[in-house]
Amino acid sequence: MSTASISNLEAPALGRDLGYKAFTIGKFRFERDEYFAHILYPMGRHLMPIDAFLRALMRDVAWGFFYGTVNFDPVLGTVNHYGTVDLFMGLCNPAYRQANRAYIENFPTKDIKAVFEGMLDDWTNEGFDPFAAPDETGKPYGPKRGNNRKAVQRQRVVAKRMVGLPGDTGYRTDANGYTVNRHFLDVPQDQPEVHAEPGFESEVHAFNLFGYLSRSDVTWNPSVCSVVKDSLMCPTTEENILPIFHGNDRVEWFIQACDEIIWEIEDGSTGKPRAKVIMKAGDVAAMPADIRHKGYSPKRSMLLVWENNDNSLPEKYQRGELKPYPAEF
Amino acid sequence: MSEYRTVFGSLNHYEKGGVEVIEDNPKHYVFSNLFEVASKSKPYEKICVGKNLKYVIEAVRAEGNSPWFSASHDEAALCMDGEVEVHFVKPEQQLVPDTKEGSVKINGEPKGQKMGWVRVRRGHMALLPKGSAYQFRSPKPGVLLIQTIQGDHTVECWADICQTA
Ligand SMILES: [Fe+2]
Repeated sequence: MSTASISNLEAPALGRDLGYKAFTIGKFRFERDEYFAHILYPMGRHLMPIDAFLRALMRDVAWGFFYGTVNFDPVLGTVNHYGTVDLFMGLCNPAYRQANRAYIENFPTKDIKAVFEGMLDDWTNEGFDPFAAPDETGKPYGPKRGNNRKAVQRQRVVAKRMVGLPGDTGYRTDANGYTVNRHFLDVPQDQPEVHAEPGFESEVHAFNLFGYLSRSDVTWNPSVCSVVKDSLMCPTTEENILPIFHGNDRVEWFIQACDEIIWEIEDGSTGKPRAKVIMKAGDVAAMPADIRHKGYSPKRSMLLVWENNDNSLPEKYQRGELKPYPAEF
Repeated sequence: MSEYRTVFGSLNHYEKGGVEVIEDNPKHYVFSNLFEVASKSKPYEKICVGKNLKYVIEAVRAEGNSPWFSASHDEAALCMDGEVEVHFVKPEQQLVPDTKEGSVKINGEPKGQKMGWVRVRRGHMALLPKGSAYQFRSPKPGVLLIQTIQGDHTVECWADICQTA
């Protein structure tokens, strides 16, 4: 059971009226001031720097709550149950759990999506793009100042078969506004030679994936580029810091296509540090199903995130039917 | 000129990262480098570098002409080094039944209609469409990454390719 409502209160409970709406869902209440997002819930309150909050919120909204757990920080997060979503405080934080300060509510996906989208829209000021690397965008602070609807309403790319096929998701070009990113000016933009015999144009197909990625205007946003049944290749360009700690509900794989990312790995339910994974061009690594990870990319880099979209998997991992790591040797 | 230099790997030059364990087993991360794998494997060996239940990612050293392959489902090939041609034929008869997954080696060149061919270089991704037969041709050594399903020719040799300690 849940109630979702978008309130527009004249007098927020916290701070001065800066022109931002307050949002409630269930017993959660979200407010923002010049520097912070404030989260109030039955057991207490929490706050996050507004830039970190909006960057995390952007991913959660754009990914449709993604696979498994999206930790905004060590306290606040969501768990995707594919149809419903848990919104929680302290669930993956042993101190909160031991002190009985953890709190969780489940909402239909469409309700929490509507509230999160409304919040993202209202709280993102003109000139701030939560999807961009910090060096590429303006500041999110201060009283309400316009909006950046164009940035926060971007649709995530989801190819049905492969990018560039007739009727599938299209290419990025200068002409449609996707210029090569400043960090990727040296990435070759040549296209493969394609010689299809008449009648086979929709099957004999190749495209420059790295060129396509060099033109991505977002960071930390895996989008589906090639599909083999439930096997989804989801390349993404990464710069600075992944704005969330991702706790997957299944095994996920990374293939580093260029440059370098350093991953911080923690236990998925306790946050206890487990490893650092340093990935350079050509490195391949699995992310076990029981961890959570945050990536750091010193220079904009290309990462191929590889997912298994079979939605019977979370239960099998939870029941212990599948080991949290993908191979034994 | 860009002040940023994008670092790609190749058969001739790659640097490897690794797992630095705090409290874990490095084997859980199944960590390898696809260029290292391809530098040690035979032409067109399909070495599994990623596995998610039945789905696999194979690192393939492309050198010379490959056997002809076919699969009942789409596959994708991403060129990570070199320059590779992929030639496609529409077989007269279906070569691999719908119930069979993974790529299947075909004896000789399959009879059928020529569909065309592509030439891919680093960063280019080619569709290996379901039901087609295809052959890789690479005069010089190159590296392909194949997104597919585990099949009869997929080689799992994790202990040889992965960080174990
Ligand atoms: Fe992840």
